[in-house]
Amino acid sequence: MTAELGGFLLALALVMAFVQGGLGLYAGWRRDEGLGAASAGVAQSNAIILLAAFAILVSLFLRTDYSVAVVAANSHVAKPLLYKIAGTWGNHEGSMLMWCLVSAIFAALLASFPGGMGRTLWNRAVGVQGVVTGVAIAYTLLLSSPFARLDPAPLTGKDLNPLLQDPALAIHPPMLYLGYVGLSVPFSLAIAALMEGKVDGAWARAVRPWTLIAWVTLTLGITLGSYWAYYELGWGGWWFWDPVENASFMPWLAAAALLHSAIVTERRGSMAAWTILLAIIGFGLALLGTFLVRSGVLTSVHAFAVDPQRGYAILAMLAFFVGGGLMLYAWRAPRLTEPSGFLLVSRESALVANNVGLAVATGTVLIGTLYPLMLEALTDRLISVGPPFFNVTFGPLMALLFIALPIAPFLAWRRGDLKEAWRWLQWAAYAAAGVAVVTLALLRGPIWSALGLAVGVWVLFGALLYAWKRAGSFARIAALPLAFWAMTAAHVGAGVFTIGAAVETSFRKEQAAQMLPGTSVEFAGRRVTLDDITNVEGPNYFAQRAIFSVDNRIVTAERRFYNISGTPTTEVGILGEFTGDIYIALGAPSEGTVGTRAWTVRLYFNPLVQWIFAGAGLMALGGALGLVVLARRGVKRAAPAVAATAT
Amino acid sequence: MIRAALLALALTAGPAFAQTPAPTLAQEERARALDAEIRCVVCENEPISQSTAGMAGDMRALVRERIAAGDTDAEIRAFFADRYGDFVLLRPRASASTWALWGAPALLLAFAGVTAASLLRRRRTAGAAGEDLPAPEHDADR
Repeated sequence: MTAELGGFLLALALVMAFVQGGLGLYAGWRRDEGLGAASAGVAQSNAIILLAAFAILVSLFLRTDYSVAVVAANSHVAKPLLYKIAGTWGNHEGSMLMWCLVSAIFAALLASFPGGMGRTLWNRAVGVQGVVTGVAIAYTLLLSSPFARLDPAPLTGKDLNPLLQDPALAIHPPMLYLGYVGLSVPFSLAIAALMEGKVDGAWARAVRPWTLIAWVTLTLGITLGSYWAYYELGWGGWWFWDPVENASFMPWLAAAALLHSAIVTERRGSMAAWTILLAIIGFGLALLGTFLVRSGVLTSVHAFAVDPQRGYAILAMLAFFVGGGLMLYAWRAPRLTEPSGFLLVSRESALVANNVGLAVATGTVLIGTLYPLMLEALTDRLISVGPPFFNVTFGPLMALLFIALPIAPFLAWRRGDLKEAWRWLQWAAYAAAGVAVVTLALLRGPIWSALGLAVGVWVLFGALLYAWKRAGSFARIAALPLAFWAMTAAHVGAGVFTIGAAVETSFRKEQAAQMLPGTSVEFAGRRVTLDDITNVEGPNYFAQRAIFSVDNRIVTAERRFYNISGTPTTEVGILGEFTGDIYIALGAPSEGTVGTRAWTVRLYFNPLVQWIFAGAGLMALGGALGLVVLARRGVKRAAPAVAATAT
Repeated sequence: MIRAALLALALTAGPAFAQTPAPTLAQEERARALDAEIRCVVCENEPISQSTAGMAGDMRALVRERIAAGDTDAEIRAFFADRYGDFVLLRPRASASTWALWGAPALLLAFAGVTAASLLRRRRTAGAAGEDLPAPEHDADR
């Protein structure tokens, strides 16, 4: 009965979502406060209904109810508890239910925290969010119901893909979905603003926290995925420009652009139309990401689902929301007047440059990702667009953007002073030039790595110099406002990330060796000994575990065999050091008896690789601090706004 | 059961990852750069430099064979494209069907730059003609 109850709740949620949508939009149009409040109430209850539906699916996975199709296809009794729970969203149907749930939760949050936005804008935004939720539920119910039964029920299940049985990957999808679906709130606010025909500072103030939530969760989700790829896939890489990685990276770039343009719109009223457009495009890219990952249109390690009918349905959703949004934009945007009055050298211009850079970078990733699909559809020609393409196009674009980045904070709004900025930033420029010279002359690195490293140092030092300028003295640094720290953490993170990426990519070492137990190899100035190989039995796998000593420290690496799904995986051994990671992957043994078998061992030295993840973490921290700042301001403003609507 | 699983582990694993390196260090460096640009044809979106599949090992050996035979990088790319199709090259070759791809980033940048410049230009003249120079506005210190 439980699964049927889940299906019933989902159907109920579908009706509720469209009621919320209809009420909200009608209330906004007729300026009916009572109906608006009703719409908000429906939104709040609907989140609870979907939460219950989702809890039912989790319980079906916990009990491993094989009569439910999605459980039988993705779970097994022997699976550890964490992965039984994570199995709920480790498949198409469950992840779509999660999409609906997150959308409903955001609708309820939007309904609960109107902040300082106008009544009708708020009603309309809640209404649009209801339509978004409703369309997603309709898709889930009609084309990928997680509650479908199997008759007769199979005796055993197929297990979750073992690569996904990992703590980082258990929380990677929820994070990404928070980000993807989080972008539906700026979208709803943009559509509501276009309906109102008015975009002002208050609108931009309302859109910023929602954008930040989406951007922070996307940052965390992408970083977790990247870190997982680094330690799980066994070759020490952290980014491959795989279409599925790009699918999450594009909304991230668009959200980063939106964060910055919304600041300009809030402070100065400028760029209003562009900010609206970015909000529509950002959600469009999130839907495109869902389409790319969930339709099976890509052949890649990540695309586990193949089903064209679903793909067409998601494309139809994309066309409906983005096409509809852009039509409304084309109709209403020319009426959005923007106040002017700033000089070419100003914070405004710097943020325009930021948006040019991020928008072109997003476009480049989009074209590189879709081009092979388009070409195949139109001409049947198969090509690959891989890392070499993105490295030579996206890389220089980011370098340009990052050269401009540290300058922006030094420029005042309306009228900046470049000479004053240079007076401070020259020290960052000297440091960057010094690092570049050292890289080229002493380390004999390639020229692009010297440039990348210089750009990273420039961004990092530039952000620190700005802190120094703002504080004036060491004593006053702690007294600087939180908003300043939010920006500084994010920009320092960008610098740290760039330094790590440049160093790791150009100075990594790798070596493959055939090792008998008891033998050693010299690698990257260390002595690596294969001490022993043992057989290990896990909860749902068997493994061969190699014990290495690197100089005097012990590292273990495994090859696992998951007996239910019949797939092997590698569990690498990583020894973190200050200068980088020693990374060991155990390969296959040669022919022969146990004592005489040589094992293929791949050794990597990944210098400063932790800077990459630390940099991304700092960016997320900066975003989270920014969220605290905006939440505090929201609390301060909420009281007067309520008073104003009451009179 | 354990024995069967371990046997399966031995069988499913690919052959040795290492292949005989190219004779000189410079040649091996060239080979590694090429490995990263050539897609393993039996894997899911992996270059042969990363794949543990036997096929990838054969392809890496082939790269070193071509280098030893004196081929240039371009000739080796062409060799692989002739054999396995353009799909095998992660760096798409410039051709009638890829010029739009390679040209797109520069075109986008030019378009965005010109659009932004014209907007900024209008804004500046509007600001300067209307009133005096706008006063600078600094971020609040708390």
